[in-house]
Amino acid sequence: MQVTSSVRQPLVTGGKTYHDVTHDVSRQVEGKPSKLWFLAFLTAVGVLALGSTALLATLWEGIGMWGLNKTVGWAWDITNFVWWVGIGHAGTLISAVLLLFRQKWRTSINRAAEAMTIFAVICAAMFPVIHMGRPWLGAYWALPLPNTFGSLWVNFNSPLLWDVFAISTYFSVSLVFWYIGLIPDFATIRDRATGMRKKIYGALSFGWDGAAKTWMRYESVSLILAGLATPLVLSVHTIVSFDFATSVIPGWHTTIFPPYFVAGAIFSGFAMVLTLMIITRKVYKLEDYITLEHIELMNIVIIITGSIVGIAYITEFFIAWYSGVEAEQYAFINRATGPYWWAYWSMMTCNVISPQLFWFKKIRTSIVATFLLSLVVNIGMWFERFVIIVTSLHRDYLPSSWAMFYPSWADVGVYLFTFGLFFTLFFLFAKFFPVINMAEVKSVLKSSSEKAHK
Amino acid sequence: MERDTHFILGVYDDEDVLLHAVEKVRSSGVKIHEVYSPYPVHGLEHVLGYKRSKLPIAAFLFGMLGTSLALTMQFYMMKFDWPMIIGGKDYAAFPDFVPVSFEMTVLLAAFGMVGVFLITSNLKPWAQPRIFDLRSTDDKHIMAIDIASNSSLEQEKIKEILSASGATEVNNKSFE
Repeated sequence: MQVTSSVRQPLVTGGKTYHDVTHDVSRQVEGKPSKLWFLAFLTAVGVLALGSTALLATLWEGIGMWGLNKTVGWAWDITNFVWWVGIGHAGTLISAVLLLFRQKWRTSINRAAEAMTIFAVICAAMFPVIHMGRPWLGAYWALPLPNTFGSLWVNFNSPLLWDVFAISTYFSVSLVFWYIGLIPDFATIRDRATGMRKKIYGALSFGWDGAAKTWMRYESVSLILAGLATPLVLSVHTIVSFDFATSVIPGWHTTIFPPYFVAGAIFSGFAMVLTLMIITRKVYKLEDYITLEHIELMNIVIIITGSIVGIAYITEFFIAWYSGVEAEQYAFINRATGPYWWAYWSMMTCNVISPQLFWFKKIRTSIVATFLLSLVVNIGMWFERFVIIVTSLHRDYLPSSWAMFYPSWADVGVYLFTFGLFFTLFFLFAKFFPVINMAEVKSVLKSSSEKAHK
Repeated sequence: MERDTHFILGVYDDEDVLLHAVEKVRSSGVKIHEVYSPYPVHGLEHVLGYKRSKLPIAAFLFGMLGTSLALTMQFYMMKFDWPMIIGGKDYAAFPDFVPVSFEMTVLLAAFGMVGVFLITSNLKPWAQPRIFDLRSTDDKHIMAIDIASNSSLEQEKIKEILSASGATEVNNKSFE
């Protein structure tokens, strides 16, 4: 069944047959959850419960519970928002952009990466909604709904409103893309099951029967969704960066932001995919599907995007000097040497220096090193957003109003809440949904290696 | 058209054998009802003689609808219904309307196309599909031949053609 190529590593190792693919992925859904799964799931729910006290306190008392002050009006909330949205970029990038570029190695990681995208966007969207203070009225501020003021419409000149449209479109299109891919795999589980499970997965599979005509339309839909999702994924972080770039705050008011944010988003997204996939492949024994080749290829993407991010940091600094605008120059000197120097240099170390270690083949093919560096990258990317947001605000035009930002327990708690939410959703996904796209892996099982021989 | 209930199934293990088999079976004058596969087999739609899907056109039209709706909404609200000077800009600040128009184009194109796909392929949670062989979502390709629409041929003859084309099993399947 398996044909090996002399040029490339096979995408699926271990001489798997089509039935093995079905069996290896479906047995996770069909078996009883393991003790390890329960432990992990309960931990996530525990974090969620702990964090929800901070969330409820914020909703009850208002956003005065956070450490914000008159000078620093945006801090952890927006940092966490941008961080989660960034993480939510890898899934659609893997499934859409790599589909257009015919990168077949995406097939064994796209399902979990897309799930991660959807959960990360849910976590991200929470922050601006809570930051509204009274989110139950939020629909009037965020959506163009008729109201009793006239109607006084939402402001279409504002990048914050563009964000509402960008994030909600991104979320819903990603969800549809993900679900369309899940339908054939739910049908596989349905056809192996009996009783209640057959009914549930039967409904989830929408009556899929694998007819050639349906597959033809399915392929057409996937290709166009990928074509639509590719500019969409680039537009989302571009628009997130407009939240800053269209303002007149020194340190934010730069035209480099859109490409710089998009590269950073892919960088952090791939790091998070690696963190989760390294654990998933180990726990679910999927080493034959998510091979070292996959990990190495993702690490190469991390080197590229990490280097783009590094160049962007340096360019930003250079342009601040070259612009001759004193406020701009000060904003950058203050970042590197002011009271938040430690945040700036954490960012530089984690994002610019650490990914360069992947130039060594030993490091980028080592699972332990990859796992540790993927954590470092995500910490670095959180600091990047914190540096951009807080250091640009805390020393504004009027020295008498200069201030520092100190997070309150509610800031930390709401961040914890999103971690709990993310992992609760991810563990539920990992138990009840097929974590690998069986149909797509089967479609590359034979052809990918055979073509290489021709 | 009345749905027929008696079928002969050819079971194939390999996608390349299947592609040649479809050609052979069709050239021997047997009408194929449908082929069921666990994964998309490239080129299968060509050998089965299916016309290209029109879904791209649906996506384009829904996308255009999204662009028009978004632009109409923004110009109406910002220029005509409640004009306000914001940041010294023109009421109809077209460049500012581009992001929302783009997003709504993508949103409607994606949802419209997927909606058309689900409807034309009869995919819905309460659908009760006819499963010819449970292995067709696992590791086998199932070619279904409708006996009624091939009444000019003997059943044994059809089975011979299927076996000769590389089917590893040939079965009968009837639905009630």
